Amino acid sequence: MPTSTEKTRNKSAYWAGVRDGAPFILMAVPFATLFGVIATDAGLTLAQAMGFTVLVIAGAAQFAALQLMVENASIAFVLLAALAVNLRMAMYSASLVPYLGAAPLWQRVCVAYLNFDQTYITSIARYEARPEMTVGDRVAYFLGVATPITPFWFGMTFVGIVAGQAIPDAWALDFIMPIMFLAMVAPMVKSLAHVAAAAMSVSVGLLLVGMPAGTGLLIAAASAMLTGALVEVWMERRAR
Amino acid sequence: MTYSSAEIWTIIIIMGVGTFLIRFSFLGLIGDRPMPAFILRLLRYTPVAVLPGMVAPLVLWPAATDGQFDPVRMLAAIATVLIGIWTRNVLWAILGGAATLYAAMGITALL
Repeated sequence: MPTSTEKTRNKSAYWAGVRDGAPFILMAVPFATLFGVIATDAGLTLAQAMGFTVLVIAGAAQFAALQLMVENASIAFVLLAALAVNLRMAMYSASLVPYLGAAPLWQRVCVAYLNFDQTYITSIARYEARPEMTVGDRVAYFLGVATPITPFWFGMTFVGIVAGQAIPDAWALDFIMPIMFLAMVAPMVKSLAHVAAAAMSVSVGLLLVGMPAGTGLLIAAASAMLTGALVEVWMERRAR
Repeated sequence: MTYSSAEIWTIIIIMGVGTFLIRFSFLGLIGDRPMPAFILRLLRYTPVAVLPGMVAPLVLWPAATDGQFDPVRMLAAIATVLIGIWTRNVLWAILGGAATLYAAMGITALL
């Protein structure tokens, strides 16, 4: 049974999460609207487009699947490609284990459903910076980060379906997503090992860009994680 | 699109369940059992291992310019990273990056 001071602390962790998640509304609004517009253009009904957004809740994979569906790819290929795009989230899931593994099952189910790039990166950065957080605080923070983003993701998809008005190219919204991702990851580069991992990720990612749906990225990420860990070991040996 | 309604729903539901299972995988199955030290070490690098490789092709070969290198987008990306490392603040990095993007676009339009 959580004590009342624990509850107060969880509450403040939740609100800290809400505050840190709020900037991502900037990204959720245009991309969710765009998904609604494209899904309707492609011939999905309102229920299907909303079902997509609510059940899958992963922007990149939704766009990838839609693109393949417009091209009338086989169902198996659509599923395989879209799920490959999401496989990086298995890495996210594993890296949350040391922080959230002890949470009750239902809380881990909620976190898993809401585990997308923005919630994951924002939360893991906070967990690293504040090792004293309790498991309850960490779950509250994660759900806090998801709170401002998720309703906008759902709501603006609906607006996109109903309004069906595309956003002008001149706004260069294509580049808001890369800027967001770079802004999320840059503050996490804290040591030589992080720099080495990021450099490896970029090199292998560019080299394997031609590989189908996300598979190149998985290889890039795996080699970058190994690079980071090995450089860390090497630095520890040198420091001794 | 030539799929039947049932086929579209099949895609949506399998994608939804599949994505959830990917996200739940390790968090759900391992729980609070201890993990080997080297695995923990690897996992610490997950964010810096995934995002740079995901973004790099979008920066070098933007879809909006049909894959042509675009100095404006490159400049905005560099500004975002530098501000992010300098301020250690996501919001400042986003605002600085977006401001650079629109300022450079404005200047290019005037030239």
